Amino acid sequence: MLSRTADHLYWLARYTERAENLARLLDVSYQMSLVPQSIAAQNENWRAILALNSLESAFAETYSGVNVDNVLRFMVADATNPSSIYSCLRAARENAHAVRGTLTAEMWESINATWIELRQQTFEQILARGISEFFDWVKLRSAVTRGVTFGTMLKDDALHFIRLGGLLERGDNTARILDMQYHILRQSDDEGASDFYRWGALLRSLSAFQVYRKVYRDAITPARVAELLILRMDLPRSLHACADGIVRMLQLIANDASAETQRQAGVLHARLHFARIDDVLAGGLHEYLTDFMDRIYELGDGISRDFLIAA
Amino acid sequence: MSAAFYNEMYDSDAGLRPHYRAFAEWLDGMPAERLERKRAEADTAFHRVGITFAVYGEEAGTERLIPFDIIPRIIPAAEWAQLEAGLRQRVQALNAFLHDIYHEQAILKAGCVPAEQVLNNAQFRREMIGVDVPSGIYAHIAGVDIVRAGAGESYVLEDNLRVPSGVSYMIEDRKMMMRLFPELFSRHLIAPVQHYPDLLLDNLRTVAPKGVANPTVVLLTPGAYNSAYFEHTFLAQQMGIELVEGRDLFVRDETVFMRTTQGPQRVDVIYRRLDDDFLDPLVFNKDSMLGVPGLLSAYRAGHVTLANAIGTGVADDKSVYPYVPEMIRFYLGEEPKLNNVPTWMLRKPEDLRYVLAHLPELVVKEVHGAGGYGMLVGPAASRAEIEEFRARIIAAPEKYIAQPTLALSNCPTFVESGIAPRHLDLRPFVLSGKRGVGMVPGGLTRVALRAGSLVVNSSQGGGTKDTWVLEN
Repeated sequence: MLSRTADHLYWLARYTERAENLARLLDVSYQMSLVPQSIAAQNENWRAILALNSLESAFAETYSGVNVDNVLRFMVADATNPSSIYSCLRAARENAHAVRGTLTAEMWESINATWIELRQQTFEQILARGISEFFDWVKLRSAVTRGVTFGTMLKDDALHFIRLGGLLERGDNTARILDMQYHILRQSDDEGASDFYRWGALLRSLSAFQVYRKVYRDAITPARVAELLILRMDLPRSLHACADGIVRMLQLIANDASAETQRQAGVLHARLHFARIDDVLAGGLHEYLTDFMDRIYELGDGISRDFLIAA
Repeated sequence: MSAAFYNEMYDSDAGLRPHYRAFAEWLDGMPAERLERKRAEADTAFHRVGITFAVYGEEAGTERLIPFDIIPRIIPAAEWAQLEAGLRQRVQALNAFLHDIYHEQAILKAGCVPAEQVLNNAQFRREMIGVDVPSGIYAHIAGVDIVRAGAGESYVLEDNLRVPSGVSYMIEDRKMMMRLFPELFSRHLIAPVQHYPDLLLDNLRTVAPKGVANPTVVLLTPGAYNSAYFEHTFLAQQMGIELVEGRDLFVRDETVFMRTTQGPQRVDVIYRRLDDDFLDPLVFNKDSMLGVPGLLSAYRAGHVTLANAIGTGVADDKSVYPYVPEMIRFYLGEEPKLNNVPTWMLRKPEDLRYVLAHLPELVVKEVHGAGGYGMLVGPAASRAEIEEFRARIIAAPEKYIAQPTLALSNCPTFVESGIAPRHLDLRPFVLSGKRGVGMVPGGLTRVALRAGSLVVNSSQGGGTKDTWVLEN
């Protein structure tokens, strides 16, 4: 397929996935802010979200203080913030528009309908209905688009590039959400009940709460949460599952130039496949996740070079 | 309803024309609120599917719906048969003309068309002299605009031989009518049009360069901000071919390749929706970012086919239009089956004299103008406008032609105030390839939605109607 078409498909998937995960991240942060805590601690959490996306200075240009209202407005509806949900869904739609002929009609209509619906609501209207309802809507629209994609597209390279973009983005985003929340949770001195709610909210935000119950049938502990989200191959949003998918997609689209990228993906996958959670935690979770995100970044670079800006 | 205009649905005594009878009965039995609901449904569906066109001059990326009218334009079988025969003849002659002027120039030597009208025309591409194109076809896709005047007779208004657009609306309008009112399609025998993309692809494959058994066909678009981008994606998808931009293609060893995820892939036929001027920055417009450097060299070497060919604009130019009937006689030895609008060429002193004496009745057009710009519509113009135009004509008469103001036919159309007559035209899409000339019955009907307006262009607030050619 055309390199440019592949590029649009890949980014269409990345932006769609990014919007969904941003909704998940903001949702968990919002849920956690409802757990009793000091205003200062709360605002610290919101600052962490800005830091996670390196947006502190962009935020400071328009907004006077870091608090729940400002950060939500900035991250949900601000068209000038390239990382907001609004901007991600706009970018997804623009990429889809550029290759709408490659998409099935249902897929294009789903993406376009999401955009039209988003554009029709103001941030005030979103707040009035409840911000959680909006996050659910973003997740639902993402699920609809994903469902229509798998349900209608031919299993050819177009689909493989969409899958690849989605998996790369998801792996990165899961690592980011886990890194940030783990950091905050480890810092909190609370014991017992409130901790349970916080770990629960983190798991829920990644659709992993019931899975946790099913897999461990035991109390929620940080080590198990990390194991589930990093190493479980059968959890769709885990790092392992994403790496696994990336390796398979790369095999399907391989060309003469892609051997090194495939090797790197293989290494990434092997490091997850054969890891033990005790070793990961002993070496420092933050260090581990940072290394993972660096490797994902490298892979994205390689994919661009090998497939998307071909000579 | 003015008696001066031919009405497609009613005859002069306000009686129904026979081919509208079944439709009118159906419309009478239709509750107003159901119609209103259906119109709203059509709007939503067009929006959701994204059948829009970009508007130039407004905020970048502005997309607008082309209004769709639910009252179809119906053409009886016998009438279409005549139109079709005329279109075949006309497009055949135009292709013969293009081949001739880029080779022997027999028609110029015979004096049937003045040589300077052709050779000094900006649309005449010297680069094409002596270049052989597959099957001698230049205008693979022609969009011929036909109007009907006062007494019901048809005229060709212009032959669009460069990159005619609108065919996607023809297909989408049909899809929409079938979705909204399926019952109408069991009451009428309506000739299908949705297979147009198959015909087009088949046609493009027949004109592949010699020796290419399984040609790769692509559609070249100027990009997502072009006003017809929806149509480009639509046709590429319907034909199952790649939609490429200039930057996706490159030329090596006089051969065109596209950049794919599996490396370079050879391209054999380019259905280009990009004007001549932008095709190859090495030869034409040097600043074009939309084209492909070296494309002309690959084309001249016969390693790639462009559809339409380069240099077709000289045959649909307003200064050459008056000679199309002569072309038909010269190349085919037949009398023209479709009327030309009588045209005065103001470079001729006697024509100039007549036109200057009759400006308030006439339409005066710039020879190289398009899209309704640089035009005087005498009956609608003020004295001052006429006098200003008169001065421009006298300064450079060779830049203008004049035609009688045609009383375009009208057809009942939904507007704010209810159903009212609005003027319309018809653009059939005529395909030419190795196996001859073909088309789907009908074409795109454009309708001027403003009362009294004769301008049907979508950029000027025109809408579209489904076009039914009835089968006997």
